[in-house]
Order: sequence, then C-alpha cells, then structure tokens
Amino acid sequence: MTAVPVVPPVRGAAAIAIHSENLCRHYRMGDTLIRAVDGVSLEVRAGEFVALLGSSGSGKSSVLNLIAGLDRPTSGSVVVQYRDLAKLSREELAKYRLHVVGMVFQSFNLIASMTLTENVELPLRFAEVDRGQRQSMAREALERVGLRARMHHRPSELSGGEQQRAALARALINRPQLLLADEPTGNLDSHTGTEIMDMLRQFNRELGMTIVMVTHERALAERYAQRMIFLADGKLVDDPTNTPAAGNANAPGGRP
Amino acid sequence: MKIPDLAELALRNLRESLLRNSLTTLGISVGVASLVAMLSLGIGLQQLFSKRLAKSGLFDTVLVTSRRNLGGMGSERNDGGPPPGESRILDEPARQEIERLPNVLEAYPDIRFVSELRYDDKPHRTIISALPPSAKSNDAFEGMQGSFFSSDAAAEVILQKTFAEELVGKTPARGIDETNVADLAKPLLGKELTMLYSQRVASASAPSPLAPDAATSADGDIVGASYSVVSREQKLKIVGISDQDPESMRGPTRAKVFLPLKLAESLHVMQPADLRELSRAASDQPVYSSVSVRVKNPAQVQLVEDAIKKMGFGTFSILDASRGLQLVFRVLYAFLGVFGSLALIVASIGIVNTLVMAILERRREIGIMKAIGASDADVKRIFFAEAGVMGIFGGVAGVVLGWAIGQVINFGTNIYLKREGFPPEHLWAVPLWLVAFAILFAFLVSLVSGLYPAGRAARLDPVQALRYE
Repeated sequence: MTAVPVVPPVRGAAAIAIHSENLCRHYRMGDTLIRAVDGVSLEVRAGEFVALLGSSGSGKSSVLNLIAGLDRPTSGSVVVQYRDLAKLSREELAKYRLHVVGMVFQSFNLIASMTLTENVELPLRFAEVDRGQRQSMAREALERVGLRARMHHRPSELSGGEQQRAALARALINRPQLLLADEPTGNLDSHTGTEIMDMLRQFNRELGMTIVMVTHERALAERYAQRMIFLADGKLVDDPTNTPAAGNANAPGGRP
Repeated sequence: MKIPDLAELALRNLRESLLRNSLTTLGISVGVASLVAMLSLGIGLQQLFSKRLAKSGLFDTVLVTSRRNLGGMGSERNDGGPPPGESRILDEPARQEIERLPNVLEAYPDIRFVSELRYDDKPHRTIISALPPSAKSNDAFEGMQGSFFSSDAAAEVILQKTFAEELVGKTPARGIDETNVADLAKPLLGKELTMLYSQRVASASAPSPLAPDAATSADGDIVGASYSVVSREQKLKIVGISDQDPESMRGPTRAKVFLPLKLAESLHVMQPADLRELSRAASDQPVYSSVSVRVKNPAQVQLVEDAIKKMGFGTFSILDASRGLQLVFRVLYAFLGVFGSLALIVASIGIVNTLVMAILERRREIGIMKAIGASDADVKRIFFAEAGVMGIFGGVAGVVLGWAIGQVINFGTNIYLKREGFPPEHLWAVPLWLVAFAILFAFLVSLVSGLYPAGRAARLDPVQALRYE
C-alpha cells in the first residue's frame, strides 16, 4: 500500500473516488483498430452507487477493467482514490487491486478446487495475513453474506446465488473502498438477483462503499443505482437523468 | 505469499490433477533413481578399491633410499657411488628429520633380513621384516588369527600363512589355497620359535649392551673392516597368523615373518645394506637401507616426496599409479553421471509439459487470482512451488527407488561372488551426501523446468484470462 503513489487530494475535491479524463482503450484486431473505450471522462464521488449501462460491446466492461486496474489505458487518465492508475507499475497495480478495489463478476469466478473459506481467504494470502487471522476474517465475511453453514463446501455444490454471495464475501475481505460489479445478476434468476442487489445496496449504505456496477438491465439500475452512466461504442452517451451532459463527450460525465 | 502458504497451495493444486502430476513425479523419480544408481555404483566401486588400496599402505607410503634410484638400480651401481651432492647417509638423524616434515605421520626404517628360524628343531630359512605399531590397522593384520604384537619391543612374531603351513609341514597344493588359517592357528599360536641371526657389533667393543637378555653370544665371529658380526639367537613367541600377504607388492623379496620394529632395531641385525655402506657405517649409529614414510593423506604424497628429494634422498611412491586410478574414477563418474542425468533431463521436459498444460487449464484461475490482487510474482511463485514440490517428491521417491535397485544388484552380485568362491562385497554405496545431492538436484532441475511455465503464467493478461472459458 505504501508503495502506491497517491495524487494528493485537491481541496474541495476530497470526495471524488474515481476521476477519468479522456480515457481511451484501443486495440488492434487484425487490420482493424477497435476503440473499446474512446475518450471517456467521468467522475464518481466517494460513497456513490453508480450504474454503467450499455448494450453489449458498448465498452462498459472495458471501462470497469480500466478502473479495476486489470487493464491499462491507451491514452487519457483514470485516477482512483488519488492514484493515477496509468502511472502504476504492474506490481503496484496488483497491490491496488488487492487493497483498494473488490470485484464481483457475472460468472462468480470462484476457484472450483477450493472450498468457500479458501476462496474467500485467498486475497488475504496474497496480502500475507497470518493463517489464524485469515480464518477468522473469512468466517466473519461468510457470516455477513449468510453462508456460514456452507464454509467447507466447494463452489460446485452451491446455487448461483450462494456462489455470488461467496464472491461478494471475497471482494469485501480486504475492506476495499471501491466495489466493482460486472453484471453481478447476469447469471441469476430475478429473485436471487434481487437478493444480491439488496446486499450491494446494504454495503453501499452501511459501509459507505463506493460501487460501480456494469449492467445492461435498465430496470435494475434504476431501482438500485443513485446515478446511471450510459455508454455506446466506447463513448459516453445521453444520460436521461442528466440532460446537461448529453451528447457532450468533453464534459465530465454524469454530474447528478 | 509466504512459503508455507505456497507449499500448501502447490500441494492442493497438484492433488487436483493427481494422475498427471503423479506420472510427472514418477518420471522425475525414475531420473533421480538412475542418477543415484549410477553414482552409487561408481562410489561403491571406488570405495571398494580405495579401501583395499589404502589398507595395503600403497598410497600413503613413500619409500626413501639413500640413492636416487631405488635399490641401486640403473647407472649408479656402475658408477660405484652416487654423485657427492646426493650421497647422504640414511641414518637415524636423517630419519628423525624426515619424520619432522609436515604431513608426515611416521618414518620408520625398513629392517629386512634373511634368517633361519628353528621350530621343532627343524630349520626354516625365510625373509624377516619389522613392522611399526601402525601396521596393526593394515588390512592383512586386521582379520588375522591371534593378535597383533602386545608391545613394540615384545619378543613376538607374526607369521604369514604360507610360512605357517611350512612350519606344520603342510605343502599347499598349487593354485588353490585350501588350508584354513584357523586350522593353522591351533597348533602354532603361543609356541616358540628360535631365530638365528647375525648381530653387527662395532669393532671396538664386545657384545653390544643394547642386545636383549635372551640373546646369547655364540662362536663364529666374523671380523669386518671396522665392525664385527656375531651370531646370536632370539626366542620368539608366535602371536598371530595372517591369512593375507601383507607385502604382496614386494614380489620375491617379500617377508613371511614379522617382528615388532623396536625389537628388530635393538637386535642390530646385520643387513645387506651394511655391506655396501661398509666404510661409512663404522660407528654404532644404525644406517638404514631404506625408510618407509607414511603420509597423513594420499593427496600429500607428492609434497612429502618433493621435500625428501630436497634433503638429498631418493624416493619412490605409487602416486603415479594412483593418479591414473583417480583419473579413471573421475571419467567413470562423469560417464555414469551423464547417463544418470539424461533420464532426469527427460523428466524435466515432462515437468515443463505438465506445467504448460496446467497453465492452459488454469488460465481462468490465474485471471481470477490476478483480479483479486495476486501480483505477477505471486502467480510465478505458485507455479514455481508446484514444480519444486514435484521435484522434491520425485527426488525422495527416486532416492528410495535407486537405493532399492542398488540393493537388488548388490544381492545379485553377491550371489555370483559366492558361487565363484569370493567373499561378499559391498559394490553399492549410497552415502548421505548423495541422498541430499540427488534430492537437491531434482529440486533444482524442477525449478529450472518451472522457469518458463511460471514466467508464462505470470505474464498472462488477466482481462483475456478472465474472458477464457
């Protein structure tokens, strides 16, 4: 953590969790240049619950990967919790992913060969937390998502909803300030999907955690997110709840 | 990640594809087994040889003579004497000087003479030589019947088997040694022999005061130029009979009867060298025809030889032969090591293959680990640990397997040796260092094999890895 360079907070802007400026992610596929993310500027305040909406291929997941530090921008910048991600080394980015952000995915992404406890404590292993402490933290996290009874089960023995709850427990184990969710309800039926979304809202409200959720379900976003950001072809597009930003790619997107 | 965590993760990951990883580990163990088997055969053979040779005293002994060439062979005999610079007398002060040289264990005179021994009133002529107390650990005296001399000046004698046979009147059949030494020991041990010898006495005086009480003056004094020779008798008790021939390297001049060194010195027996040193050996100071020098370690023989040569004496050692033998063993080791390692190299390719496969299979897992905060180094270490654990397991299993192969071959060889009428031998030696070396080597080879797969896993792009189903 100490090795991660921190951009000093600007007075009055202390509440900004994510700030991106003309963020681009281009890559080549054969002869064609794909502009997955093409000049996205946005700001998310600390403690906000934001939904990134768009059809498939709109670049919403790419934006999320850039914020998560899994990918690097081709140009532009993304600053999360005062860290300019483009300037971090691979090692520093790994530390950033370990301590600053938590991630949940559509396909849960639990490791099949490990029990729930082992899955949940895996980030703690990378953080070199002692074994005893690790186990009590993992138990606590699983209790929080109501999976205490399933601690020693493998992911394949659980329902989709339970797996996603375990993934949430894992995402929260290192107490990150930012939770990134990539279509968290995409593989779930509407009932369990609602359960997961309630849990996200609970974390947002009770723990003051900033949440960025990628989804293509507008209804879900409207119901849970405080703000929606729309993407199409890698660019920010008209946000119905915030007309001033509509069609203006240069303006910081989505001020509520 | 911490090492115990890594080891634990590696073990659980290896358990996930148990069959494949077991087969890879088996491959390593076969490689290690072949290496262990080959090297332990080499070590066993070398130990067998060097044990035999070291006990024979061949490799740590330097023979010192007062001439450049041993036994006066070569041109010197014709010259009638060595060049002045080299003509140093090998007497007691010289022996003491040699003994004080670094790395020298002891330097004792070679006392060797032909004499008549009486047993049961029958005379037997043979060559007699003196043994220092250190000869006790010689192979030939370690397993003999009876015991070694009770003291360095005791009036005792050890017989070589063939002479013992002669004493009891058994003539060995040509070619086959069938007489059991134990059968000879019964009638001979504890019995007395009478040795008739010629004592050298400085001319000025009557019988030397140094002569032991048992020695009795007899008639027939031979008067030399400056000293006289007196015939004497000495009673000797038979304390031991050696099955082996301790002086086999001396050929026809080898002794069959051995006396303690101090006793032999005190007898002042007339020796062949005395005749040659006639003019110089006038004093009572003993002059030796040769001195045997035992060196602490065969590796230091050359140093000692050089030092003695500088003092002006001739030296002889079997060092050159041993150097040749060492070269043979070094080549043998290299040869056996290369063949043994070949299997391990093949096994290491197996590790690379297994790990590359594992990376393809576990791409998504790598992506997940990176997404939740694993660094490149963490991922690299996980695959490294898996390679290392396979290496250690393979190494341990391989040592056991190699040891078992060795036991089987040892067993088989000994059945053969027994049938041919030879005593059993330990051809196979797996020293502890070889066990440690084999396991460490397997571990290192595995780590090297893991380098490429681990590096590849670490470089994996998490976004692509997560997309992969």
